[in-house]
Amino acid sequence: MSDSATTITTLEPRYAGLPPRAWRAIGLALLLGFAIALPFHLSNYRIFQFNLVLVYSIVLLGLNILTGYNGQISLGHGAFYAIGAYTAAILMDRYGVPYWATIPAAGLACLVTGFLFGLPALRLHGHHLALATFALGVSMPQLLKYKHVERWTGGVQGIVIVKPDPPFGLPVNADQWLYLFTLAVMVAMFIVARNLLRGRIGRALVAIRDHPIAAEAMGVHAALYKSLTFGVSALYTGVAGALGAIVVQFVAPDSFTAFLSIGFFIGIVVGGLASISGAIYGALFIQFVPNFADEISKAAPWAIYGAVLLLFIYLMPAGVAGFLRLAWARLARVAGIGK
Amino acid sequence: MKNGVLLAVGIAACAAAAAVQAEKKYDPGVTDTEIKIGNTNPYSGPASAYGAIGRSEAAYFKMINDQGGVNGRKIDFITLDDGYSPPRTVEQVRKLVEEEQVLLLFQSLGTPSNTAIHQYMNAKKVPQLFVATGATKWGDPEHFPWTMGWQPSYQAEMHVYAKYLLKHKPNARIAVLYQNDDYGKDYLKGLHDGLGPRAEKMIVKEASYEVTDPTVDSQIVALQASGADTLFIVATPKFAAQAIRKVYDIGWKPLAFVNNVSTSVAAVLQPAGLEKSVGLITALYVKDPTDPQWANDPAMKRWLAWMKKYYPDGDVKDGFNVYGYAVAQTLVQVLKQCGDNLTRENVMRQAANLKNFEIPVLLPGIRINTSPTDFYPLEQMQLARFDGKRWVLFGEVLGR
Repeated sequence: MSDSATTITTLEPRYAGLPPRAWRAIGLALLLGFAIALPFHLSNYRIFQFNLVLVYSIVLLGLNILTGYNGQISLGHGAFYAIGAYTAAILMDRYGVPYWATIPAAGLACLVTGFLFGLPALRLHGHHLALATFALGVSMPQLLKYKHVERWTGGVQGIVIVKPDPPFGLPVNADQWLYLFTLAVMVAMFIVARNLLRGRIGRALVAIRDHPIAAEAMGVHAALYKSLTFGVSALYTGVAGALGAIVVQFVAPDSFTAFLSIGFFIGIVVGGLASISGAIYGALFIQFVPNFADEISKAAPWAIYGAVLLLFIYLMPAGVAGFLRLAWARLARVAGIGK
Repeated sequence: MKNGVLLAVGIAACAAAAAVQAEKKYDPGVTDTEIKIGNTNPYSGPASAYGAIGRSEAAYFKMINDQGGVNGRKIDFITLDDGYSPPRTVEQVRKLVEEEQVLLLFQSLGTPSNTAIHQYMNAKKVPQLFVATGATKWGDPEHFPWTMGWQPSYQAEMHVYAKYLLKHKPNARIAVLYQNDDYGKDYLKGLHDGLGPRAEKMIVKEASYEVTDPTVDSQIVALQASGADTLFIVATPKFAAQAIRKVYDIGWKPLAFVNNVSTSVAAVLQPAGLEKSVGLITALYVKDPTDPQWANDPAMKRWLAWMKKYYPDGDVKDGFNVYGYAVAQTLVQVLKQCGDNLTRENVMRQAANLKNFEIPVLLPGIRINTSPTDFYPLEQMQLARFDGKRWVLFGEVLGR
């Protein structure tokens, strides 16, 4: 048994003369090329929609680090999204900070908030943590209207943001530029997340998720890791919130209702838990399924949404990413028979 | 000679045809047979009760189309769900303007939702017509010439009360309870402006509450202690009901006004106690479909027949269905006035050129008037007093 295992690792399978790693690199390069070419072939409205897909995929990646890899359930990430969005909006509107500089600020604000929230939340497990985070998500819209912060948040009216122009006289319009800018941030965030999760830290997170006592016994500082994961997850969400605010050009308490948080959670489950690519599938779901539901029925759009959701859960229990992985494995096996 | 006449007639006919051709001016969304109108409404989400407005408007346009349309053009009413979420409004409105290429956006609903698209619509120069919100900021033609409200603004409503007080109780000592947000402050500003220089003297106490407060009991007690004899309750339904009950329970008997938002008998006055609500004053502008005094009113009978034919699953007790009917009728009037010049610019010009336009389902005597400097279509209301069962109209129509 162990012999055959060694042969598999030493003799890497090749497809058309290339190892899977090279195929993956080619696939990713093609995907990136496609993503860059996209805004030059679509209307501004479609660019705007795909821009939001990019934004949501950053949120879902952050949430997946927390829930998929570390096993902590959050039903309140809409709150961090709101904090990120408001940080960007207030900095731009009140202090004239350029839009690109608000992104790291929003990330930092959420890292700190997330870490601090993660400290007491550590004592809570499973359902209780889910409820605690949900409480955060539910209260956020009302906190934003609180009279002592109204000077900055603009109360119910919210804050209108001016759309940034493309820099250096680039021959692209504002929507195309914003899309490419978001894409760059997203790619950077994905690379960082991948490196984080594929290494020692990622293994520690998974160990804490699967068996916290064993992880502690192996010398993993569970408490610290869990709070930090919460912070990093919030950071991702905050960066996305800032980008989302700039794309939509407006923030208001009504933009960040509790359903936003639930929507994010649905996104990671549909996309695929503990999967980096799953974030993109989930983001596509969040962005396009409500529109699809609205087109089917004005009388009961949420019933259609629910039906689609059920369909996904039944047909792809491991999410879209899990489904594709399975399909790919089957395909490879069929192809491997010929060899 | 005969040929000459024929020739002359022929030339004249050609010239006339050319003139008609030349008069036809279209912007995106218009053809010889169709006008595309866009709309967003919360069909899902926390505010989905407002969805009745979008549905009744769609039903009204269906009736207009059955009657042959407006100047021979059918209305293609594209209404999309935004779930009362501003980012979704932005997305859906961009779809309507950029993909669907609608001539104009009509009755997009909600103050935050409309704020989110305010700049966009004006930068794109696409009419954001008759928005479904009472905030006062929509009538600002100098800075936002492509946006116009419809219903009486919160400030206009307060002007009506102020006018009444200045005439009938000029020495009133006024106490005000208001919600501490833009909504409440909009109303408060309306009262101050309406009373003018007398405001300083007449308003003796203002108390605000937060939407997160459990009750407004302490505010009511504080307002009573000020010695006021007149009370304004500027609240949302839940708090209005609390305030009405508390005023009665502590034995305070001021002349009490309650704002139009909180006049529902079922949602406000019944929870407060009908006997405790006797004597309250408010201002109305739409005929209430549950009010028996309109049971034999021809306009309301026509409305009911329309409901049965075009919107059978709609609730005939829901005032939103009267509202949707009335505002859709206003748009049809604007489109009629546009004739064959269906450019966005002319749409705004005609919307700002409504003169004494009457809508039968509004209270008798209330007329719509606009001008290039007046972007507030409805500014008139009539006062009504609650008699323990229903709102009884009194006095003349007030407002500009």
